[in-house]
Amino acid sequence: MVYVAKNLTFAVQQVKILNNVSIHIQEREFVGIIGPNGSGKSTLLKNMYRILQPQEGEVFLFNENIYKQSSKVIAKQLAVVGQETPVLFEFTVKDLVAMGRTPHKRLMEVDTKEDLIIVEESMKQAGVLHLSERTFSSLSGGEKKRVIVARALAQQAKVMVLDEPTNHLDIQHQLQLMDLIQSLPITVITALHDLNIAATYCDKIYVLKDGEIAAYGTPFDVLTPTLLQKVFGVHAEVSVHPVTKKPQIFYISEQFL
Amino acid sequence: MKNPTTRKINLLLLVLTGVVLISLTLAIMVGSVSITPTIVWRIILSHIPFNPLGITSDWSRSQEIIIWQIRTPRVVLAILVGAGLAISGAAIQALVRNSIADPYILGVSSGASVGATSVILLGTFSFLGMYALSFAAFLGATIAVLIVFFLARVEGRISVVRLLLAGIAVSLVLSAMTNFMLMMTKEEGGIKAVIYWMMGSLAGAKWVNIMIPFVVLTVVYTILRLHARHLNLLLLGEESAVTLGVNIEKFRLLLILLISLLTGVLVAVSGAIGFIGLIIPHIVRMIVGSNYKFVLPVSALIGAIFLIWADAVARIVIAPEEMPIGIITALCGCPFFIWMLRKQMYSFGEEN
Repeated sequence: MVYVAKNLTFAVQQVKILNNVSIHIQEREFVGIIGPNGSGKSTLLKNMYRILQPQEGEVFLFNENIYKQSSKVIAKQLAVVGQETPVLFEFTVKDLVAMGRTPHKRLMEVDTKEDLIIVEESMKQAGVLHLSERTFSSLSGGEKKRVIVARALAQQAKVMVLDEPTNHLDIQHQLQLMDLIQSLPITVITALHDLNIAATYCDKIYVLKDGEIAAYGTPFDVLTPTLLQKVFGVHAEVSVHPVTKKPQIFYISEQFL
Repeated sequence: MKNPTTRKINLLLLVLTGVVLISLTLAIMVGSVSITPTIVWRIILSHIPFNPLGITSDWSRSQEIIIWQIRTPRVVLAILVGAGLAISGAAIQALVRNSIADPYILGVSSGASVGATSVILLGTFSFLGMYALSFAAFLGATIAVLIVFFLARVEGRISVVRLLLAGIAVSLVLSAMTNFMLMMTKEEGGIKAVIYWMMGSLAGAKWVNIMIPFVVLTVVYTILRLHARHLNLLLLGEESAVTLGVNIEKFRLLLILLISLLTGVLVAVSGAIGFIGLIIPHIVRMIVGSNYKFVLPVSALIGAIFLIWADAVARIVIAPEEMPIGIITALCGCPFFIWMLRKQMYSFGEEN
């Protein structure tokens, strides 16, 4: 197991946001976390990349307890693409991506030629090399997201955590971004809003409801009309996508029932 | 919009260093006794220990005193204070991620004012002689920062919003104390002296009292420059900083310590000179972007140049009297800043 969360319980002022949640992720797996708004997806991820610390439970990354290690050690192994990425001051794309090298640098160390190559490779991989001299604030939403992914790539971490990476992107950029992430030779855990996107890309899916795991398995195991009704409160039919052979969800509006 | 390339910024650093040297020369030449640049530099260079250049004196004793004892330390102090306030401002804006912050929000200037006022009006610490004012100002600044710091801690962590609010609240209380002392005093001269002090002046510059600022500035600048990456990450926000490996609690503590030490030492020798710490970092970011690798050295140089000239103007404009330098920095700095604001697209840390 590469990344394990054991019995996490997290509460804010006695209100439990997560209740006894456990997650197991194997090497090179692409794992999705789905669930309705307020089900605790972001909170779970924040606990797993230690922005928040759970009241109970532990998180292990490569068999080491993450709360007992320094931020720097964790940052070499774990890259995070957060939900909102406001960059309030002017940085060029290249500067931002180069920040991904921070955990690998000592205090006195300057950027070496190797770092520059890694930064350039990461930008190329994420398709933002042509933007390298632009300032971040001048980019579109899709471009910004890809720049942050490029920064995560420059970290050269073996595990990447993403929180709803496709939010606010148009369909072309959604697919582009997900294809990019799937093509990486790393372990991925991502919260996803769009269930068809989750069905297309994930090896395994965890379903969260009210801070508890409601279901776990492959997209075909998990994405059933019964579960969608129970967890998301919607009527839906699920069939097989003619091309991808993955589950395809068709939602049914109340007026057609 | 593009930020300039590294090569261009290195060139800029070189040019600015040249401007600092030229400004230094000109500012030393300016005054009631005019002196040629050759003599200025011959006198300065003759003071290198052991005189390796073998310069022999062909100037008068009074020129020696004016240049070496009076004008040079004053211009050097202008460089130290200008550079120090500018980098403190740049650092505090990263710490609180807020572009309207200046280094005095930690309570340094209001704390120092209480100390200075009590020395001037009440004669506190009179046994320290000429060092009483600097000592009291530094002590006041330290106490103020400590109070702000402890108010800003929630469950052992420093909250940035609380830091800002505590800074404002503590500053208000301390200003009230200063004003109370001013109200109650019967000495007209004392009131004027306090107001002069609060607006800042470099007139007290001597070689003996610029050594501490020099050492502190060098140390603080070096540590900040080594942490340029981490300062950049702070600008991105707490979550990005942590997930990219910054120990944010420790780093914030370090920054508070460095900024309050540096501004405390500077305020103790020069009074609370305003506007530099707020405005210079913005002007610099407009020119070179937000990367602290460049923001720090460029801020230091531009801050130094700005204060050299502000002080020169302060000396000349109502000679033989001196204008408090805070009036010059505000009067000259702000219109220029407003002009740059209008001229350029620049994000002051606002969400787009």
